[in-house]
Amino acid sequence: MIEVFLFAIFALVALSGAVVMLTARNPVYSAMGLLITMFTMALFYIMLDAHFVAAVQILVYAGAVMTLFLFVIMMIGVDKKEERVETIPFQRGITFVVAFGLAVVIILAGRQAWVTGSDAFGSPDMIGTIETVADSLFGTWTIAFLSTVFLLTIAAVGTVALAMFGPTAVQSTDEEEGA
Amino acid sequence: MIVMADVTVTVGWYMILAAVLFSMGAAGVLLRRNALVMFMSVELMLNSVNLTFIAAGNELGLVEGQVAALFVMVVAAAEVTVGLAILVAVFRRRSTANVDLLSELKG
Repeated sequence: MIEVFLFAIFALVALSGAVVMLTARNPVYSAMGLLITMFTMALFYIMLDAHFVAAVQILVYAGAVMTLFLFVIMMIGVDKKEERVETIPFQRGITFVVAFGLAVVIILAGRQAWVTGSDAFGSPDMIGTIETVADSLFGTWTIAFLSTVFLLTIAAVGTVALAMFGPTAVQSTDEEEGA
Repeated sequence: MIVMADVTVTVGWYMILAAVLFSMGAAGVLLRRNALVMFMSVELMLNSVNLTFIAAGNELGLVEGQVAALFVMVVAAAEVTVGLAILVAVFRRRSTANVDLLSELKG
C-alpha cells in the first residue's frame, strides 16, 4: 500500500520535472527539471531492487552528465532566450499529436505484450546487488563490457579532437605553417 | 469508494510511466529549437527506456535488465560528451545553438 503512494508521489515528481524541462525558456531551468527526473528515476530503481544501477544513475547522470550540461549552458546558451518561431507550419500542433499518439501506441502495445506474457513471472528477491550485477556483467557479457571501453575511449578522443580543431585552432596552425 | 487495499504497483505502471516520459522526450526533440534542450530530451528518452529495462528485469527475475540499463548509460554518456562537443564547435563557428538557423542542408 505504501508502495502505491510512493509510486504516485515519485511519478508526479518525475512527470513535473519532465514538464519543466519541456516548457522552460531558460535552458538552466530545463536542466534542473531533467535533474529532478533523473533523481526520481534513481528512486524508482531502488523500488525495483536495482540498488547498484540507482547509485550509478545518481553518479553518472545527476553528477557527471548534468554537470556537463550546465557547463555547456554556461559557455553558450544561458543569455539567449529561445525563439519560438515555427518554421514548419503547424509544428506545435503536429508535435502534440505525434507525442500523444506515441504514448498511446506504446502503452497499448505494451498492454498486448503483458497480456500474453504476464502469467509465469515469479517475484524474485534481491537481484540488484552489486554482486549479481557483476556476475552477469563480467560473466555473460564480458565482451560487450569490454567493447564499451573502446566506445568510451573513442568518445573521449573524439571530444578532444573536436575541441582542438575548431575554427580558431585551424587558423592558428595555418599561420604557423605559413610562417 | 474504490477498494484500495489490494492495489499494488505492477510492472505495467512502470511501463506506462516510462512510455509517457519517452513521449515527452520525443515531444521535446520535435518542439524545442535549442540544441541543448533537444539533447536533454534525448537523455530523458534514454532514461525512460532504462526504466522499462529495469522494471521488466525485476518482473522476470533476471539481472540482465540492469546490465542492459548499464550499457545504455555508457552509450548515453559517450553520446552526450560527443554531442556537446559538436554543439560547442558549432557554436564557436556560428554563434548560435538554434537548430532553425543551421539550415544549410535544407533543400
